[in-house]
Amino acid sequence: MAISSDDVLHVARLARLRLTDDEVTRMTEQLSTIIGHVEQLSSLDLQGVEPTAHALDLTNRVRADAARPSWPRDEVLRNAPDPADGGFRVPPTA
Amino acid sequence: MTETLGLTAERCVELLDAREVSCRELVTAYLDRIQAADGGIHAFLRTRREAALAEADGFDRDGRTGLQGVPIALKDILCTKGEETTAGSRILEGHIPIYDGGCVTRVKAAGLVALGKTNMDEFAMGSSTENSAFGVTHNPWDTERVPGGSSGGSAAAVAAGFAPLSLGTDTGGSIRQPAALCGVVGMKPTYGAVSRYGLIAFASSLDQIGPFALTVRDAALLMQVICGKDPCDSTSVDLPEPIEVPSAGSMRGVRLGVPSDLLAQGVEPGVREAFDASLAAAEGLGAEIVETALPHAGYALPAYYLIAPAEASANLSRFDGVRYGLRLAEPGDTVGDMYGRTRAAGFGPEVKRRIMLGTYALSAGYYDAYYGMAQKVRTRIREDFAAAFADVDLVVSPTSPTVAFRIGERVDDPWAMYASDVLTVPVNLAGLPGISIPCGTSEGLPVGFQMVGPAFSENRILRAAHALESAIGFDPRPPATVVRA
Amino acid sequence: MSVDGWEAVIGLEIHVQLNTDSKMFCACANVFGAEPNTLTCPVCLGYPGALPTINGGAVDKAIQIGLALDCEIAGRCQFHRKNYFYPDSPKAYQISQYDQPICTRGHLDVDGGRIGITRAHLEEDAAKLVHAGGSGGRIAGAESSVVDFNRCGTPLVEIVTEPDLRSPEQAVAFLGLLKNTLQTIGVSDCDMEKGSLRCDANVSVRRAGEMGLGTKTELKNMNSFKFLGEGMAAEIRRQIDLLEAGGEVRQETLHYDPQARALHARRSKEEADDYRYFPEPDLVPLEPSADTVRRLRDAMPELPAARIARFRETYGLSEQDATDLNAAPEIADYFEAVAGASGDGKAASDWVRNQPGAVGTIPAEGLAGVVKLITAGTITATIGKQVYALLESDPSADPAALVEEHGLASIGDSSELEGMVAEVLAQNPQFVEQFRAGKEGVINALVGQVMKQTRGRADARQVQQLLRDRMQ
Ligand SMILES: [Mg+2]
Ligand SMILES: [Zn+2]
Repeated sequence: MAISSDDVLHVARLARLRLTDDEVTRMTEQLSTIIGHVEQLSSLDLQGVEPTAHALDLTNRVRADAARPSWPRDEVLRNAPDPADGGFRVPPTA
Repeated sequence: MTETLGLTAERCVELLDAREVSCRELVTAYLDRIQAADGGIHAFLRTRREAALAEADGFDRDGRTGLQGVPIALKDILCTKGEETTAGSRILEGHIPIYDGGCVTRVKAAGLVALGKTNMDEFAMGSSTENSAFGVTHNPWDTERVPGGSSGGSAAAVAAGFAPLSLGTDTGGSIRQPAALCGVVGMKPTYGAVSRYGLIAFASSLDQIGPFALTVRDAALLMQVICGKDPCDSTSVDLPEPIEVPSAGSMRGVRLGVPSDLLAQGVEPGVREAFDASLAAAEGLGAEIVETALPHAGYALPAYYLIAPAEASANLSRFDGVRYGLRLAEPGDTVGDMYGRTRAAGFGPEVKRRIMLGTYALSAGYYDAYYGMAQKVRTRIREDFAAAFADVDLVVSPTSPTVAFRIGERVDDPWAMYASDVLTVPVNLAGLPGISIPCGTSEGLPVGFQMVGPAFSENRILRAAHALESAIGFDPRPPATVVRA
Repeated sequence: MSVDGWEAVIGLEIHVQLNTDSKMFCACANVFGAEPNTLTCPVCLGYPGALPTINGGAVDKAIQIGLALDCEIAGRCQFHRKNYFYPDSPKAYQISQYDQPICTRGHLDVDGGRIGITRAHLEEDAAKLVHAGGSGGRIAGAESSVVDFNRCGTPLVEIVTEPDLRSPEQAVAFLGLLKNTLQTIGVSDCDMEKGSLRCDANVSVRRAGEMGLGTKTELKNMNSFKFLGEGMAAEIRRQIDLLEAGGEVRQETLHYDPQARALHARRSKEEADDYRYFPEPDLVPLEPSADTVRRLRDAMPELPAARIARFRETYGLSEQDATDLNAAPEIADYFEAVAGASGDGKAASDWVRNQPGAVGTIPAEGLAGVVKLITAGTITATIGKQVYALLESDPSADPAALVEEHGLASIGDSSELEGMVAEVLAQNPQFVEQFRAGKEGVINALVGQVMKQTRGRADARQVQQLLRDRMQ
C-alpha cells in the first residue's frame, strides 16, 4: 500500500516529529518502499497462529512491596533542561 | 611498551599475573594506542584516561586477581553513572546518567577497567555505524569501509587493538554483523541472559548485550562476568548452567545444520567460499554437516522491520526535552511545539524513519495488518528453529551476506542497508544465542561464521566455536598499513 | 432519573490509588504530600535504560478488588503500553492493561439494582503538573508548568462499570458503596480530596423506554461526591434541553468547574485518542495462581453489602439504617462494638446514627454503658442524652459512675416519685376535678409538672400512669 504525504504528516504528528517539506517528501517515498517490502508478510497464512510478544515464556516476575530510598532531588534535577521550584519546568501545555 | 594489537584478554591476565606488566602499564598501553591510532578509526566517542588509570593504580597498589585490571570498551548505549552516555544521538549529547546499568555494575565488580565509550549507530539503529550523530567509524581492515553496526565502535576497538574486550548490543545482528565485518568474535546471548537495565532501549523484546573479543575463550570469560538474573530487569534469567571457558579441540558428534532457506538470501560468492571452507574444517574436526530448513527465514526481515521500529517508536518517545537531554523551545511555544522542535533537531534521519515506521505500524487500523502479523511470523520463526534443533545441535550460516561495504554505499537505500541483517535477524526474533567468529577473508576483508543454538545453549556454542576457531587459525590483526600506531 | 420522559444512562470510570508501600513499577515510596520530586528514581522519571518491575503487593490488592466486586480473576494478564505525549507522562506511555486486564465481569449491588463491572485493571498514575503564571494557576493562560514526579508511578486500579446507572443519586450511592468496600478490604484510603479516588462519568440520555444508547459525553474533574452529583445532574439537564430544542449531543470531554458549577468543553485534541497500545515488552505476563486467589479470598473481610444484610437480619434494622451504618467501615465497626457490649442493636443503631461524632471519640464501652443504663431502666432516655454529653467532655469516664456522681438515676419505682406525684396532685385540685369530670387532657399539664420536679429522671409514661391511678 502506498503511503501518502498526508499519512506521513498524520504519523509525524502522532510521533511529535516536526518534519520539513523535504523530509515529508523523502519520508513518503522511503516509507512506501519499506512498507512495500514488509507487505510480503501478507502472503503468509497465519490463521490461528498465536502472536509472540516475548521470546522467553516467563511469567509472574514480581517484586515484594517494599520501599527503598529515592534519588536525591539535586541528582534527578541535574540533567533537567529547565529546573525550577524543585521541579521540571515546561512551556504551557495549551 | 606492550603491543596491544592481537593481545587477548587471557594474555593480559597472564602478563598481569606474572607481573610482567602493571595494570597501569597495560591500561596506558591501550590508551596510548587509542590516542595514536583512533583518529583514523573513530571507534571511541570518549575515553576516560584519568579514571581508568586511577582504577589501574588501585589494583597495582592493593593486588588483583582474575580479570581485574583488564581493559574493556563499552558501547555508548550502556548507562554509566556520572559519565556521559549518548547512544550516539544529538538528543542525549552531554547526558550524564544517574545510575549504572546492571551489566556495567557487573563489569565494574569484576574489576575490568573501562577505557571509554564506543561509537555506534544512533540508538543502535543501523548496520554500518554511519548513523552516529558524532561521525562515522572506519573499519580497521580498510578505513574506506564501514565496520558494520550498530556496535561498530566496539567491534573496531577490539580489531584495532584499542581494547582486548568490549561490549556491544545486538537487536537484529548489531554484535554479530560488525564482529564479522571487523574480523573479531562477537556473541549475542540468549534473550534474558544479560540484564538490560541501563541499556538505552531500542527494541526491548529483542535487545541483548554481548561481548566482543579476539578469541572465543575471551568471549566466554566476559560472558561469565555479564550473564545472570538482575532483579531490575524482569525479563532477565539465570543461565541453567554457568558459562564454561571452552578448551575442546574436537567437534565429534556435533550436528551442524545449514539452512538452505537462509543461504538463498543473496550471500556473495567470496563469503560463501570462506563459509564452505570452514564447514569442511568443521567436518575435519568430526562435525556432521546436514541441511536444515527454516521455511520462514525469508520473512524474518520484514517482521523485524515492523516489530523493532514499533517498540522503538515507544521507547524513544521519552526524549521530549522535559527531564534530560536536548530541549529546543522558542518564546511563546507550547509544550507541543517544544516536543516537535526538540525531536526534529535531536534525532537523525534513520531514527526518524524508524519512529515513523513504528508509529505507523501501531496506529489505529494498522495494528493487525502490521505489528500483529509480524508477531505471528515471529511465532513461526521460533517454531522453525525448534524444529531444526530437534535434528541438529547448531544452525550455521555466514553472519553477513557480504564483507564490509564502502562508507556511503547504502545510505540512500534504507532497504539495502536493512538487508545487511538478513542472516542475523531471525535469531533475535527467536530470542536465541548466536556467535560470529572470523572464518577467513574475501577480497582481503574478514568473513564471519555464525553459529546459533537453542535457548541457553551458550556452552554448546562456545565449545564448538572454540574448536572451529582453533582449526581455522584466523589472524585477527588487520593489515599493518592501516592501523599501526 | 426520569425527567420529562427522559432517562439518564451513566457509566463510571473510577481510578483508585492503592495504599502500597512502594510504587507500581519502582521501589520509591508511595506517600502523599512529600516535597516535590523527592520520591523519584530513574524508573519513575523515565530515564533512558530504566526498566519497570511489577509490585507484587499491588497485584494482590488488584485481585482483592476483583474478588470484592465478584469479578473473574484472569488466569493470564498482560501489561500494555498506552502511548501519549504529555509532560505528566515521563516515558510518553503509560503502562496499563488493555485487552487482558486482571479482573473482568463483576458487579456491585446498590439500592436494589445490580451494577455491572466491566473490568478492573492495574496501571500507573501520572505526575502532577503545577501551573505557574496565568490567571489563578489554572491551565488556561498559564505561562509555564512545573512537573512533580512524586505521584508518578503510584499504583492505580481503574474500575469501569457498565452503563447501568440511571441517576446521579444512584451513581453517588454506587460510588459510596464502592468506596466503603475498598476501604473495608484495606486497599486504598479512597480520599477524594487527596485524589486517591477519582471518578469520571460517561453520561447520555434517551427517551424513557428506549433501549438504544444516545451519544455520550465524558465528565471529568468531579473530585467530590457533591461535585459528582452536581456535575452529572447539570450534564443530564443540558443534554435533555439540547435534544428537546432539536439539537444533537456532541461526543466530547467536559470538565466540571465547581466554582462556576458548570461544565466546560476541553479543547478537543488534534489527534483523536490513538494510543497505539501494544504489549509491554519489558514485563512478562502475570498468571495469578489458584492458590494465590484462594489465599486472598480466604483473607477477605466481610464486605459492606453482606454486612448491610447481616445488620438487618441480626439486629432487625431497616435497610436505610443498616446502609447508613455502613457509610464507612469504622462506623459499622463502632456500631457492632456498641451493639455487642450493650446487647441492644436497635438502641445502638439509634445512638450511633444520631451521634456521628461518637465514632473515634467515645469508646464503644462508654456508649454501650449509656445504652445499658437506659435499657435496664437505671436512667431515662432523656437522662441518657445528659450522660452522653458528660461523656463527650470526659470520654474515658464510666457512665454508671457519672449517673451516681450527678444523681441522675431514674426514680421510677421509688417512694420519691410517689411523693412528688402526691404533692403535685395536692397542689392542683382543679385539674384533678376536671380530669374526673372527663377532661382527660389536663393530665398532660400534671405530667409536665412532675417531670419538671424529677429533672428528667422519670419516665413520662410511668408518671402518667401513676397520676391516672391516683386520680381514679
Ligand atoms: Mg486509566
Ligand atoms: Zn521511582
